[in-house]
Amino acid sequence: MALLRCRGLRKEFGGHTVLDQLDLTVTEHQVVAVIGASGSGKSTLLRCVNLLEELDDGTIELDGEDISDPRVDPDQVRRRIGMVFQAYNLFPHLSVLDNITLAPRRVHRRGRAEAEAQARELLDRVGLGAKADAYPDRLSGGQQQRVAIVRALANSPRLMLLDEITSALDPELVGEVLSMVRDLKADGMTMVLATHEMGFAREVADEVCFLDAGRVVESGPPEQVLGEPTQPRTRQFLRRIIEAGRL
Amino acid sequence: MTLLDRVPSEAQLRRTAYRRRQTVYSVLVAACSTAALGTLLVIAVTGAPGWDRVRRAFLDPAIARDALPTVLSGLWLNVRLLVCCAFGALLLGLVIAVLRTLRGPVFFPVRALAAGYTYTFRGLPLIIVLYLLTLGVPGLRLQGMPPVLVLGGIALVLTYGGYLAEVFRAGIESVHHSQLAAARSLGLTHRQTMRHVVLPQAVRRVAPPLLNDVVALQKDVGLVSLAGPIDAVRAAQIATAQTFNYTPYIVAGVLFVLLAIPLIAVTDWVTLRAARRQSGG
Repeated sequence: MALLRCRGLRKEFGGHTVLDQLDLTVTEHQVVAVIGASGSGKSTLLRCVNLLEELDDGTIELDGEDISDPRVDPDQVRRRIGMVFQAYNLFPHLSVLDNITLAPRRVHRRGRAEAEAQARELLDRVGLGAKADAYPDRLSGGQQQRVAIVRALANSPRLMLLDEITSALDPELVGEVLSMVRDLKADGMTMVLATHEMGFAREVADEVCFLDAGRVVESGPPEQVLGEPTQPRTRQFLRRIIEAGRL
Repeated sequence: MTLLDRVPSEAQLRRTAYRRRQTVYSVLVAACSTAALGTLLVIAVTGAPGWDRVRRAFLDPAIARDALPTVLSGLWLNVRLLVCCAFGALLLGLVIAVLRTLRGPVFFPVRALAAGYTYTFRGLPLIIVLYLLTLGVPGLRLQGMPPVLVLGGIALVLTYGGYLAEVFRAGIESVHHSQLAAARSLGLTHRQTMRHVVLPQAVRRVAPPLLNDVVALQKDVGLVSLAGPIDAVRAAQIATAQTFNYTPYIVAGVLFVLLAIPLIAVTDWVTLRAARRQSGG
């Protein structure tokens, strides 16, 4: 069953078309990797799905509900979607534990003890139990990003949106974050990830979407899109990636 | 091999010795230049032709002793008024700044009112606000009119609330929009985002300028004496009028500086603690 269905999405920024008649369907437990050059609309797509940007046209359905209807309360929608950002965006004035328990306590009205127990359990599972009381600035980039993922998971989302979550990381820290995403897939989490990590997209994604100028140029299983692309734009993009030594 | 039994290299020993010599040298230079400047200042002031007259008119110990009790009791009024007005102005400023961030057409009048308030009261001289409230408002002869002191306090709160609102607003706008996106993506409402994510960061960031305005307020609370109540400066003025000697003003000035020192120390401490907690873990 389709968990997320985007139809004919259109988004413009000051006369510049970022998303152009974009269609995307994600079924439950599916992992979709969105690839494409910088400025191809990957981040904008994810931000639109999370209603952080207003659409200029098209509809987005989550669980069969039209969430692009202006009468829908965006806060209610975002509670069901977890989002992780390129720059982690942890709250610097809150400890790791408070970062994670903020939404469970304030949005879902759970008690402090219950929320903290859940947060500590999630942190232990990703090997960050000892960092619960640290402030974000004291953590490495990889640790911060893992905390950001845990923070999104603490809301028990139906869908996770990962926006180039390894792009700001030192190469040796990328692995720890990607292995967390791998575990999420194993747990059956539905995910849409915008990524530059082609190797990882090939390994973890069920479907790869190549975006160019705000349109899905080509999509399908990773071995097909990344291995035997049919579209010239896709081939050109992948050739550049290979030249840069990223595949 | 542990760090302790590591023997520094010859080059490192030479560097350490050189840096130590440099430190001693800098301290000596600083001491000499300070002493030279201090001596020059003392000679310039005490050597001035009118120094004896000025010393008698401004620095008379006996008059200072006599004036101290009345100036101190005036200062007590300043302190009480400062505490009340500072809290009032901080609260008003925060509320106005938050009102100005509200979005949506329903809040248009609130936003316009808040903006109009900051424009008006930052432009209006404090003395005029004081006269309007302490002389104009009682003239209305309404029932249950508060005493002049309270009206003067309200004038101070209104004026400083305008400045503080802009400081708070600068703090709110300095919080990066990615923090808002993160908070909203977790499902927090606008109010929850303000309360738990934006304001804590904003207030910490603008704590030094906020307290700076409070120090400025400390000096301006004395202006209520224009409407009658006797504060430290007014008490000094009365004492001066009785003795034909300006020493009471110096007493009041010294007391004001002494009052500001703890406030400034608190500002530094608050700023330092916030910085250390965030980066020090």
